[in-house]
Amino acid sequence: MIRPVCRQRTPAALLVPAALGLVFLVLPLVGLLVRAPWTSLPRRLAEPGVLTALRLSLETATAATLLCVALGVPLAWLLARVEFPGRRLVRALVTVPLVLPPVVGGVALLLVFGRRGLLGSWLDDTFGVTLPFTTAGVVLAEAFVAMPFLVIAVEGALRAADPRYEEAAATLGAGRWTTFTRVTLPLVAPGVAAGAVLCWARALGEFGATITFAGNYPGRTQTMPLAVYLALETDLEAAIVLSLILLTVSVAILAGLRDRWVGVT
Amino acid sequence: MTALLDARLIADRDAFRLDVRLRIAAGEVVALLGPNGAGKSTALRVLAGLHPLAAGHLTLDGVDLDRPDRRVWTPPERRPVGVVFQDYLLFPHLSALDNVAFGPRRRGADRRAARARAQGWLDRVGLGGQARRRPRQLSGGQAQRVALARALAVEPTLLLLDEPLAALDARTRLDTRAELQRHLGAHPGATLLVTHDPLDALVLADRLVIVEHGRVVQEGDAATVTARPRTDYVARLVGLNLHRGRADGRTVTVGGLTLTTADPVRGEAFVAFPPAAVALHPARPEGSPRNVWAATVTGVQRHGDHLRVELGGPVEVVADVTPAAAAQLGLRSGQPVWAAVKAAETRAYQA
Amino acid sequence: MTVRWLRAALAGALVAALGLTGCGGGADESPTGRDGGGPLTVFAAASLTESFTRLGKDFEAAHPGHTVTFNFAGSSALANQITQGAPADVFAAASPATMKTVTDAGDADGAPAVLVRNQLVVAVPRGNPARVAGLADLTRPGVKVALCAEQVPCGAAARTALDAAGVRLTPATLEQDVKGALAKVRLGEVDAALVYRTDVRAAVADLDAVEFPESARAVNDYPIVVLRAAGNPAGARAFVDFVRSDAGLAVLTAAGFQAPPGG
Repeated sequence: MIRPVCRQRTPAALLVPAALGLVFLVLPLVGLLVRAPWTSLPRRLAEPGVLTALRLSLETATAATLLCVALGVPLAWLLARVEFPGRRLVRALVTVPLVLPPVVGGVALLLVFGRRGLLGSWLDDTFGVTLPFTTAGVVLAEAFVAMPFLVIAVEGALRAADPRYEEAAATLGAGRWTTFTRVTLPLVAPGVAAGAVLCWARALGEFGATITFAGNYPGRTQTMPLAVYLALETDLEAAIVLSLILLTVSVAILAGLRDRWVGVT
Repeated sequence: MTALLDARLIADRDAFRLDVRLRIAAGEVVALLGPNGAGKSTALRVLAGLHPLAAGHLTLDGVDLDRPDRRVWTPPERRPVGVVFQDYLLFPHLSALDNVAFGPRRRGADRRAARARAQGWLDRVGLGGQARRRPRQLSGGQAQRVALARALAVEPTLLLLDEPLAALDARTRLDTRAELQRHLGAHPGATLLVTHDPLDALVLADRLVIVEHGRVVQEGDAATVTARPRTDYVARLVGLNLHRGRADGRTVTVGGLTLTTADPVRGEAFVAFPPAAVALHPARPEGSPRNVWAATVTGVQRHGDHLRVELGGPVEVVADVTPAAAAQLGLRSGQPVWAAVKAAETRAYQA
Repeated sequence: MTVRWLRAALAGALVAALGLTGCGGGADESPTGRDGGGPLTVFAAASLTESFTRLGKDFEAAHPGHTVTFNFAGSSALANQITQGAPADVFAAASPATMKTVTDAGDADGAPAVLVRNQLVVAVPRGNPARVAGLADLTRPGVKVALCAEQVPCGAAARTALDAAGVRLTPATLEQDVKGALAKVRLGEVDAALVYRTDVRAAVADLDAVEFPESARAVNDYPIVVLRAAGNPAGARAFVDFVRSDAGLAVLTAAGFQAPPGG
């Protein structure tokens, strides 16, 4: 709902670039809608590969987000709350996946977790676990590129949160872990939620690192972005349909989540 | 009376060093009073375990909690200490009840027992009906009481209050102060109240400890401190003119001025008198007052129902005059006047 | 007008989405393009990169005044760009199917000619550690294989060859292009990949090629055509003639391509 804060006119100096920005973001979507093959849409939706890729995308993006939350929230806490030598360097390293081209990220993952990788060969020899070309590999690749979004959001929330609440908890008998789970985490919950949403969205759209590290095989590692890319090779309309499905589902989920718990208070 | 809290607090904060001796008996309420930056908050943080001692010791109920020379250190969560923070720091995501139950829960009570105890404390501070409310739904005075209940619910041996009334408006402060007095009176442990408001200190505390620049400058009950301030800060707090000089029987020489006093004293001495005891005259007064000197008005301010006149001259003093008298004198900055103080209204004591 | 504008925006977005850089500045309504030379823009399949770069220089030397700009990418991506209105004079595709997209859209000037043919080989890491000797070896347990996805020419060819050999194979991955498949061989993540012989030639340092007879059943034609939108049609025709000449074919065969039958 749009309710003007005050009677004053919104200044044009803000309104014009804001409108241009919106148009710029929305226009490609309009392009997809205009070119969508509406008549053949039901038939294309029913193709079995489509739902498989969609389900795989949703599952892997969710698993990657959970992995990012489990590892990224403690990392953000460390960066925000603990003084240690080299903290600035660590903070810079956390953002590496943001600037690294995803394909390079995928190659880097192969060099570590691949069959002959630093850890991969050990995993293979010791546990018989191989990650490339598996669904777990997709999750790993998505988590790699999406984690910075979570860490940055949560670290920002932690820095904005008043550390004196943690001191108050300590004087009431809470140790560091209890303080973290009972006080810190609830205080930064909106930040964690926002970070998780960004993380999930990034994971859902992931392409380069996924195809490089996990390859492309329907039902196992072929997520929607991979399916879109390959459809583009032969059939532009199929690519548009797949893109629209991905967009619709993700926008619906994000809008639903936003109302529920990213919460306007 | 043996001290429940026995501490020599030596702590460093950046370039600042705190060095304060502090003893508080069971049931006693001590106010730590001082200007901003005097080290009051550092003292409170050291006692709570939020800041380490550099030296000295902190002994509570016979147990060393912090003693650097013996490498003894107890983290805050294991100290029998309750803290009411300046802006309360109630956990915004928890109801009033769960805020109060937080301490008992962490100290081993199960959920139901902790909540029952919390409800009991909320009842005692008169907020039994507000248990379900979130902190942001509480008024300032209510939040203060919840914070007090939360600190008391762990039944601390030492209760610390950091400017507990500073965040309240004047009207609420009056009510809350009275109620706080009642609860502090009922607290069996030691209580330390950190404040810069002399009224809070006088009403709530049995004894005042005044710190400036990290050191104790004066200590004693309210009557002693108000009657015989020993620093400019304390004198300002209690509203007295204070000067340090050399006494020789019934006269004290301050700067270029010799004041006659009622109390006999020798050597380094303080002389104190209230602003209301200073009379102002347009010309040198004839007759009884022996302490008379020429002064210059350096400032005039409204102060309650009278005017406070700042005077320069051989000694700097403030004088309180009625608006009528001020009008008669036509007071303005830079005007020369004569100041007079009766010997009977001065108090002299050893420095 | 809106639709045209949208179409242009969409083409731009596609180019950006495919991560392509510099699709050649060639077609700015070149006024010098009648016949005496001028800029020439050639869209060519990625597998032609090395040979066409060389041929471009030779062409410029033989036809002073002409400057050739190349846009090398996956054939399908190029075909999409052309049908979306990207400015180009010549299109050389890696498969008749992708060329058909362009001819069906009416963007070709005349019928495409077969430039060269390419055959599949099994690319293996140097020294062939998994000892792959033919297609049947790819189905051995523990042997991981990368194929191209069927949507791209090398994948379609691999499917034809495997079907012809009656080999049923579950690959570890269906790569988006030849380079992706070769990267996985190089990194040791797979033991073999079915790619074109020319691709292994270009990467000869750390890869070996294993020839197999069934590849004859999946020979891939590279068609080339002058485009209708050509700003420099005379130059475009001259370029096509040049690469199809004996001298041109010599360069291409040296890179591993085969001359077209009866060429």
